[in-house]
Amino acid sequence: MNAPIIGQPIQRKEDVRFLTGGGTFTDDVNVHGQTHAYFLRSPHAHARIRSIDRAQAATAPGVLAIFTGDDLAEAKVNGLPCGWLITDVNGQPMKEPPHPVLAQGKVRYVGDHVAVVIAETLNQAKEAAELIDVDYEILSAVVKAGDARKPGAPVVHDAAPDNTCFVWAIGDKEAVDRAFSGAHHVTTLEFINNRLIPNAIEPRAAVAQYAASEDAYTLHVTSQNPHVERLLMTAFVLGLPEHKVRVISPDVGGGFGSKIYLYAEETVITWASKQVKRPIKWTAERTESFLSDAHGRDHVTRAELALDKDGKFLALRVATTANMGAYLSTFASCIPTILYATLLAGQYTTPAIHCEVTAVFTNTAPVDAYRGAGRPEATYVVERLVDTAARETGIDRAEIRRRNFITTFPYQTPVALNYDTGNYEATLAEAMQIAGVAGFETRRKEAERRGMLRGLGYSAYIEACGIAPSNIAGALGARAGLFEAGEIRVHPTGSVTVFTGSHSHGQGHETTFAQVVAGRLGIPVENVDVVHGDTGRILFGMGTYGSRSIAVGGTAIMKALDKVIAKGKKIAAHLLDAQESEVEFVDGEFWITGTDRCKTFAEVALAAYVPHNYPLDKLEPGLNESAFYDPTNFTFPAGSHICEVEIDPATGVTRVVNFTAVDDFGKVINPMIVEGQVHGGLAQGIGQALLEACIYDPESGQLLTATLMDYALPRADDLPAFKVGMKETPCTHNPLGVKGCGEAGAIGAPAAVINAVVDALAHLGVRDVEMPATPERVWRAIQSAKTANKAA
Amino acid sequence: MGINLSLTVNGRAVSADVDPRTLLVQFLRDHLRLTGTHVGCDTGQCGACTVHLNDRAVKSCNLLALQAQGASVTTIEGIGEPGKLHPMQEAFRAHHGLQCGFCTPGIVMNAVELARKHPNPSEDTVRAELDGNLCRCTGYHNIVKAIVAGAAAMKQ
Amino acid sequence: MHAFDYHRPATIKEAASLLRKTENSRVLAGGQSLIPTLKFRLSKPSALIDLAGIGELRGIKLDGATLTIGAMTTHSEVASSKDVAIGIPTLARLAAGVGDRQVRNAGTIGGALANNDPAADYPAAVLGIGASVHTNKRVIPADKFFTGTLETALRAGEIITAVAFPLPKRAAYVKFRNPASRFALVGVFVAEGAGAVRVAVTGAAPCVFRVKEMEKRLGEKFAAEAIAKITVPPGTLNSDIHASAEYRSHLITVLAQRAVAAALAGK
Repeated sequence: MNAPIIGQPIQRKEDVRFLTGGGTFTDDVNVHGQTHAYFLRSPHAHARIRSIDRAQAATAPGVLAIFTGDDLAEAKVNGLPCGWLITDVNGQPMKEPPHPVLAQGKVRYVGDHVAVVIAETLNQAKEAAELIDVDYEILSAVVKAGDARKPGAPVVHDAAPDNTCFVWAIGDKEAVDRAFSGAHHVTTLEFINNRLIPNAIEPRAAVAQYAASEDAYTLHVTSQNPHVERLLMTAFVLGLPEHKVRVISPDVGGGFGSKIYLYAEETVITWASKQVKRPIKWTAERTESFLSDAHGRDHVTRAELALDKDGKFLALRVATTANMGAYLSTFASCIPTILYATLLAGQYTTPAIHCEVTAVFTNTAPVDAYRGAGRPEATYVVERLVDTAARETGIDRAEIRRRNFITTFPYQTPVALNYDTGNYEATLAEAMQIAGVAGFETRRKEAERRGMLRGLGYSAYIEACGIAPSNIAGALGARAGLFEAGEIRVHPTGSVTVFTGSHSHGQGHETTFAQVVAGRLGIPVENVDVVHGDTGRILFGMGTYGSRSIAVGGTAIMKALDKVIAKGKKIAAHLLDAQESEVEFVDGEFWITGTDRCKTFAEVALAAYVPHNYPLDKLEPGLNESAFYDPTNFTFPAGSHICEVEIDPATGVTRVVNFTAVDDFGKVINPMIVEGQVHGGLAQGIGQALLEACIYDPESGQLLTATLMDYALPRADDLPAFKVGMKETPCTHNPLGVKGCGEAGAIGAPAAVINAVVDALAHLGVRDVEMPATPERVWRAIQSAKTANKAA
Repeated sequence: MGINLSLTVNGRAVSADVDPRTLLVQFLRDHLRLTGTHVGCDTGQCGACTVHLNDRAVKSCNLLALQAQGASVTTIEGIGEPGKLHPMQEAFRAHHGLQCGFCTPGIVMNAVELARKHPNPSEDTVRAELDGNLCRCTGYHNIVKAIVAGAAAMKQ
Repeated sequence: MHAFDYHRPATIKEAASLLRKTENSRVLAGGQSLIPTLKFRLSKPSALIDLAGIGELRGIKLDGATLTIGAMTTHSEVASSKDVAIGIPTLARLAAGVGDRQVRNAGTIGGALANNDPAADYPAAVLGIGASVHTNKRVIPADKFFTGTLETALRAGEIITAVAFPLPKRAAYVKFRNPASRFALVGVFVAEGAGAVRVAVTGAAPCVFRVKEMEKRLGEKFAAEAIAKITVPPGTLNSDIHASAEYRSHLITVLAQRAVAAALAGK
């Protein structure tokens, strides 16, 4: 019997290359004869381009070419597409103004792409770019979601004169109104879910090559989904034959959503590589990342929760304005709708829910999925309301949750989703135990003696992952399928190469997927390698986002393994002179039931490739199987987070002193990797709650947080050691029983942190603190509460 | 127009004519093709470019190559032996102190000097002394554990 | 970066001569502030005069009542110096909190002072202790040295050679870090020297400044409560995305009291 592989904290197979400098990130790729691209970007948030004079720049040293939007229009290059069609409440499709890869006629945000300079060196390209003379007619700008629909607001796109992309709604409004009219208590909150900038530490980059002899392109790019990148770029934008473009997404230094999308830069240099007949490299500087990576969140919300006299939730009413930025990014429209409003039931039996979402255009960078994507926003709405309602009704905050937890499954929510399984009481109970909630009041008093204010906050989150059943997604507006593909290539000696359409950019798929395969085939993990991120090697893939890789990509691999084993049984039956139905595959060996006759996996593999004694009349030689898997439902990871903070009332400085997360991800393949995913998500969630704020100047539309000097990413000393626990309630509809774990931390944490901050200040009369709860905001909350108390 | 630059990189003497504008990180990555040292920002915040200059951790994107004239530079490629990881590298592996791996070389290089300065660092010391590095993947939890363990292993 | 020439003189004299001869040339010390400005193409010097090759600019000397630190001494050298720990321990702690580890290994005291970033730490120490800045031409008292945002009394061709700190009886620096940049959002340096107390504030205004009213009260009674009611009017302070002037004003009073308490506790 081999040692178990599934569920073991096996060290990562990819680590040695990263630890020794042996990784290959896109900027590490250098191609003979490569040139460098530099993008001239708009310094204005909103302006008409009267003219672009590039005559002087074109003659600058080293310049090969300069292209503008006019050149691309002339070459019939289309705009960047949006992959999700949302239908407005009035039945009309959302407004989809063109999203040109280089600006045409107008620039709509600071950092918008105006021209590209291709030169021998990057310095030369930058120097030439400074010589391009753009005559702008500066227009007034609108940057805040809440301002976009005000009368007289600057119009971002003529196609949307009121800056409204769509108004969309879900749920039974009448039922909600009825429930509110009879409610014992109503809790109302208004808040902003702060705009974030993803900031993967590896900036986006691309290297494009065109081979004239084959009329084919190779693009290395920092992408979470190279096949999707290729499909969108070839079929929708450049009009190239898909099979003539190979997209390679090598080692990628973090994504968090920001590398899902098809961006202007790689599209332009791919096109331009044929024009200049030279390879072209582009690597973003950090400021370019701030300006032009898709941002996240940015909601303004009013939310109301109706309760009966026992604290049972009767109904939830939510109205949200979501900032789309200046253009619709690849999946922008589904984030504040499908991935947000459908999660508003949370872990609770709230029978009636209605949510209306107004998506608006502004003069800011496009907003799209960022770790959690809609689900952190939903969790924030629900969990801030629940903590506040508990305080207002005098019910203990854990108790009010317990009274409303969903306890029977499957459970149909009033907002479309059908939860297959979960155990919310168990995760809450375990989190309370690990967090030492029972001892909290003692700790609070001890902090008081030191002059500090201590607070504790809960967040019981749920997410819909394993994105997504294609038919459901399609009915909701998706313009693509959301299945995954995998291939198992068994080599003659019995070792295996796995090809997956999922992409790993930190998630450790090379190890986790190898464990899945090794566990199923009963072979050592060392005998399994995983290949990802190359349209030239992998049959197809929808990529990695929405915590989908193990649930969808892993299942595709399982399906392919089923085929390998089925064929292996046929081969073994032949070799052992038995009926196929008599063969069992156990622990890496094909046995004839009830006998001592068996063939190892390697023996069967060898027979498949050296088919001397082989049923060639009935069976093809070789052992190579692939599968596509389209899930039948979403998966529903859920858990409870408990945060404890200490606030220095003199300065408002807030420190997270304890953070506990107990999550239910279903079956866990590699607990070490899963815990690591939780840690990273928590850091981003705590970052959103306390540190991170994307700020545009409301007048000029300039991005004021365009460097790491101004945008605060969490550092090691901003965070505590995390306490992480797991409960395993296996997913019911995939063979591994897995749910996905990549986003949980970022989804649950913000509400837990702010609930803790408010708990620390509640005795002063503070009811809410806006994210990020910076020292000044906390200090001001304390000051205004003191002033109000004096007046009262 | 180039100026001659001579220094030692990972124990090997290196000499080249460089444009004065060349940053140390560009020299390492573009001239020597030592691409383990990464660039994550323009303002000296992220620390992905950390190397040792005369045994001191510095940000190679924030120094001109010529500032390393005559110096000894060590990069991530130079701290282990072939087939054998440096104890700090090994600790990062054992404690899952890395995910995407992009910030990792810089953090390991900083950690090696940190451990020399603080042979028995507490977790709080490690967190405080990691102020020159950003990681967006790990939440630092396992990095801190790895450095404490790596420092202990380096003493052996 | 724009193109520039590069020189690495071996003596102060040679450096001064290069600076004089080369129009629009700049001194390169540790480069931790200068190089980012070059990368952003915000600065366009014709040449950089790197002082790294000048041995006489390095070193720390404790001599009677004065601690002298060579201009090219790095922050980490100051932080780990025995002489600094004996002479002005709070200065060692300040140096240990400048920037981050890697920056401290490259950045220098002379570079930090010549740059005079409004949120840098060293200007608070130099002004707070009443140190004097030695150049190749003269000695400039701290009160005359810091003249404005990124501006100092240094003239063209003048190079900082060392900083001389009189040893205070007690001193402390309390810094409230900008969470993004880790520069001082507000930093307050309090020192009780021979017969006088000085309070210097960095990070809060366009340039480091003294709070004379606090100095007076602390001169009468060196205790935190003596300055609890003294505020710097917000009208003179910076307001930006990181903090309003009102909040900075409030922090100055809080941090100054904490600095006094720390000085009294010898921390």
